[in-house]
Amino acid sequence: MTMPMYVSPEQQMKDRADYARKGIARGRSVAVLRFAEGICLVAENRSQSLHKISEIYDRIAFAAVGRYNEFENLRIAGIRHADLRGYSYDRADVTGRGLANAYAQLLGTIFSSGMEKPYEVELIVAEIGDDAGSDEIYRLTYDGSVADEDHFAVMGGEADAIAERITALRSAKGIGDEASLTECVQIAVAGLAGERTLGVDSLEVAVLDRSREQQRKFRRLGDAELTEMLS
Amino acid sequence: MSDIGLPSDFLRGGSSSFTEFLRRVAPEQLPGRELAGGGQVPEVPHGTTIVAATCADGVVMAGDRRATAGSMIAQRDIEKVFGADDLSMVGIAGSAGIAVEMVRLFRVELEHYEKIEGTLLSLEGKSNRLASMIRGNLAMAMQGLVVVPLFAGWDAQAARGRIFSFDATGGRYEEHGFHTVGSGSVFARGSLKKLHDPGHDIDTTVMALLQSLHDAADDDSGTGGADLQRRIFPVVMTATADGVRRLSDDEVGRRVDRIITGRHLRPDGPAAPVVTTSGADADDHGEEEAR
Repeated sequence: MTMPMYVSPEQQMKDRADYARKGIARGRSVAVLRFAEGICLVAENRSQSLHKISEIYDRIAFAAVGRYNEFENLRIAGIRHADLRGYSYDRADVTGRGLANAYAQLLGTIFSSGMEKPYEVELIVAEIGDDAGSDEIYRLTYDGSVADEDHFAVMGGEADAIAERITALRSAKGIGDEASLTECVQIAVAGLAGERTLGVDSLEVAVLDRSREQQRKFRRLGDAELTEMLS
Repeated sequence: MSDIGLPSDFLRGGSSSFTEFLRRVAPEQLPGRELAGGGQVPEVPHGTTIVAATCADGVVMAGDRRATAGSMIAQRDIEKVFGADDLSMVGIAGSAGIAVEMVRLFRVELEHYEKIEGTLLSLEGKSNRLASMIRGNLAMAMQGLVVVPLFAGWDAQAARGRIFSFDATGGRYEEHGFHTVGSGSVFARGSLKKLHDPGHDIDTTVMALLQSLHDAADDDSGTGGADLQRRIFPVVMTATADGVRRLSDDEVGRRVDRIITGRHLRPDGPAAPVVTTSGADADDHGEEEAR
């Protein structure tokens, strides 16, 4: 009978984290920024039909990088969670924090269980409130840790480099969270692109817009609108 | 239901239907579920008359504001016409408690599908979903708690307004021109027969529907007329290519005031000609007779 080789728990966790990180690093990035009227989500995505950004509920949006089938599964679970909550209680009782907690629990359990392979995904749960002060951007990583991001969040392959570029662009233009939507999209696209140029057909952009009259504040930006913003 | 975390049921594959998901994880929350069983059904509020008509620019739906429990008026300002999503609307007659729950579930169902699939259901698809919900209520209907919805909306593919009616077994029927449901529906239908024209614009169609509700309230004790003292008016919604819109109380109030002024002169409402004399929409038979 062969004995299983001993692997220390530290090594095990490190191996699993490396595995997940490698998977995520292969993907194209997503940037989520605050602007005056809400939160703007920008993804580099060459597919017009396989979305990385999605509506979850009235004021809550979802963005993800990594393995498509895994985050698609999480997205659907999130919509089910939100819709069930809203149906059982009230629309006002569905919160981004509740959803971020649910995701964190799930990702954390899977990461440390050892039974399944860890999810190769990173998620952002964005929620807008009645004013800019109550907007929230939660960033979740493959191991279930949650961070509450102040101004913007970037995830994916070159997250750090892109975050640096966005910080530099924001300070160079002297604009912060009170930026207009157009400024915000321009900065995000420039940050994601770096040396390259990103065309409208390789971008997926959506906003949670407080100024929208409808109950559902999520809106995708069409190609025409995006072209105008970037010109 | 579980409040924290995402149970494995949430991650399981399945359809894009919220109702089916609810049936799997929290069946006790389905409309009317807990009520199914024997025994006498207590007297509960019933919604009364809903009318809908198509026109050149889309479709209009209106409902009176009364709910009755037996011979008593249970509520005088109940709302029975709702926007189901951006392009469709649903009106309810019958057992109000279950019907309102059903509409709530139906709205979540449509939104859920839209979010998961990234596209809107077709108008036919939406009406089929509603039909299957009504079918699920059959046990309750057998005990007398019938829900009779009327569904209408803008069909983006066909670029026109369409109306669907249902029976208690979930049978679904497309209606052409106009349709009415509820206790006052017979009177409203007779009225619309004379007043409705598919070529009319939205404004005229709204007026025709308000007239038909007035006629229903005139002859049916369950249907509420315009409450001028409290300024409670029928709910009127329109569905066009631009989406669903509810007319404000002011807009409806002005029209109702005009109708009432007219009925001071002729209490039975506008008179229709006894023979069709001309016009593109007159059928051959009618024209023959007119000559």
